[in-house]
Amino acid sequence: MNALTDIAARPAAAPEKAVVLSVRNLESYYGPIMAIRGCSLEVREGQIVTVLGANGAGKTTLMKTISGVMDPEKGQIMYGGENIAGAAPDKVVRKGIVHVPEGREVFPLLTVEENLRMGAFVRNDADGVRKDEEMVFSYFPILAERRRQAAGTLSGGQQQMLAIGRGLMARPKLMLLDEPSLGLSPLLVKEIFQIIRRLNREQGVTMMLVEQNAKVALEVADYGYVMELGRIVMADDAKRLLQSKDIQEFYLGVQSEESQRGQKRWKQKKTWR
Amino acid sequence: MDVLQLLVSGLANGCVYGLIALGFVLIYKATEAVNFAQGDFMMLGAFITLGLTNEQFWGLPFWVSVPIAILCMGAFGYLLDMLVLRRMFGQSQVAVVILTIALGFVLRFAAGVIWGHQPVSLESPIAGKDVRFGGLVLGLDEVTIIVVTVLLTVLLYFYFNRTKLGVAMQAASQNQLAAYYMGIPVKRIHSLIWALAGAVAAVAGILFASKGSIDPSIGLLGIKAFAAAVIGGFGSLPGALLGGIIVGLIEPFASYYIAAGYSQIMPYLLLFLILVFRPHGILAQVHRKKV
Ligand SMILES: Nc1ncnc2c1ncn2[C@@H]1O[C@H](COP(=O)(O)OP(=O)(O)O)[C@@H](O)[C@H]1O
Ligand SMILES: [Mg+2]
Repeated sequence: MNALTDIAARPAAAPEKAVVLSVRNLESYYGPIMAIRGCSLEVREGQIVTVLGANGAGKTTLMKTISGVMDPEKGQIMYGGENIAGAAPDKVVRKGIVHVPEGREVFPLLTVEENLRMGAFVRNDADGVRKDEEMVFSYFPILAERRRQAAGTLSGGQQQMLAIGRGLMARPKLMLLDEPSLGLSPLLVKEIFQIIRRLNREQGVTMMLVEQNAKVALEVADYGYVMELGRIVMADDAKRLLQSKDIQEFYLGVQSEESQRGQKRWKQKKTWR
Repeated sequence: MDVLQLLVSGLANGCVYGLIALGFVLIYKATEAVNFAQGDFMMLGAFITLGLTNEQFWGLPFWVSVPIAILCMGAFGYLLDMLVLRRMFGQSQVAVVILTIALGFVLRFAAGVIWGHQPVSLESPIAGKDVRFGGLVLGLDEVTIIVVTVLLTVLLYFYFNRTKLGVAMQAASQNQLAAYYMGIPVKRIHSLIWALAGAVAAVAGILFASKGSIDPSIGLLGIKAFAAAVIGGFGSLPGALLGGIIVGLIEPFASYYIAAGYSQIMPYLLLFLILVFRPHGILAQVHRKKV
């Protein structure tokens, strides 16, 4: 991808970009529990699309269903002209969707370098893999310093960087990022989000970003969805969502008289972690 | 010289225990199930080799039978996982454990039907010969067992640390969910681990059968190997081998220095002490899965 034209084209051209991922009426269950209740959304090429929502809203489940770790009961996941709903995870990775899971989930006893190599498991181009490893190190220099260290000995922030870097090693077109800010200091969150934005612009990776930290997510995102109890309840441009009264009240902590009376359910349900 | 010979023969036994223990640990690390038929895998590997080699049965050359038997046991492990265990996915590990116990009985019975229950000897070219190192006379069988175990250990070390599939096996056992996310075919990897456990068991069986007669109940040796695996820290491959060697060494020295009847208890006494004082084993990896 050409980074310069991408940045230049960004403000005006956003709505015309091609849809890379289209989720339609998705339903997913944990046994008898319906976690995704007819969810529809779109992700456009080159964008960062964020899915906001309180703890337990179903954001992680949505991502697991897209990446094929869970099979949906109903609905479609259209990607690259076909329905990938229910496809095996390795097939989904090969098609260019990679899931960077909530809570890092690195391979704790493998070295940083081995973790990265595992990110490239589905690839067979050894030269390309080596180049991409250098690319990852250029974004996360601390990982280069620790390349021979076991991943389990890294700090939380470094593990998050490793999880993102490992995901990049699959050369994804679309990256599913599940709560990269979880448990990190504000400073680190800022750093990681800057890198996420750079990866989006410079490497042309389309991002679907799940966050509870609505402010940072909306600041980097082009478009946003709000999820509640397994459904999408709001969708708009990220800028407009950032201005929206509801979002300000319930996700950004801007107090108004009405919210202090607190009669809305999603406020009560919300728990910060 | 006595002590040296005791040492070598204990080491050789220990290597066989260690290889069986290795099978336990391989499967436990990858799937969190314990294959209680691992000893019977070893027995089956030994009998397949015997069936192929001995004049009384097929009469193939020993060096032809060995790779065939190893491949057969590898295929057996792979298919067992693919056709049976994969279907039990989602059930508790206890179900898998019980299945492997039952499988052990079936294998012992089947081997008895095919090859008889009487002790038989594998017509192995390394059986019953001596090698001399200066004044020291050692059994070729025992020396071979030690050498083969060392080679196999080195081979496995390189496989798990230097090959993509080997590292992926480690990855899948450390964090199965993350392995799925990376597109690692976890189910096929589980089958391959079972194949590897089967192949290693076959090697252990062939080595064991080269130093004495065998019958279908030798699989019960698996219990000693299980103790070895626990002593080494269930979940550590070097620990399994080390545990095997410790058990192997304790036995001859205990029977040399301690009255018969008490000496056989020694490996289990050690197991007991380890469980009490170092419950994660000697070489336990200091890492717990996140809740
Ligand atoms: N493994 C599981 N088994 C059963 N229920 C689950 C499981 N994981 C999540 N859930 C339930 O599914 C719903 C959605 O969870 P999740 O997708 O993790 O939400 P989020 O990522 O938005 O916090 C929640 O009600 C949660 O309790
Ligand atoms: Mg979540």
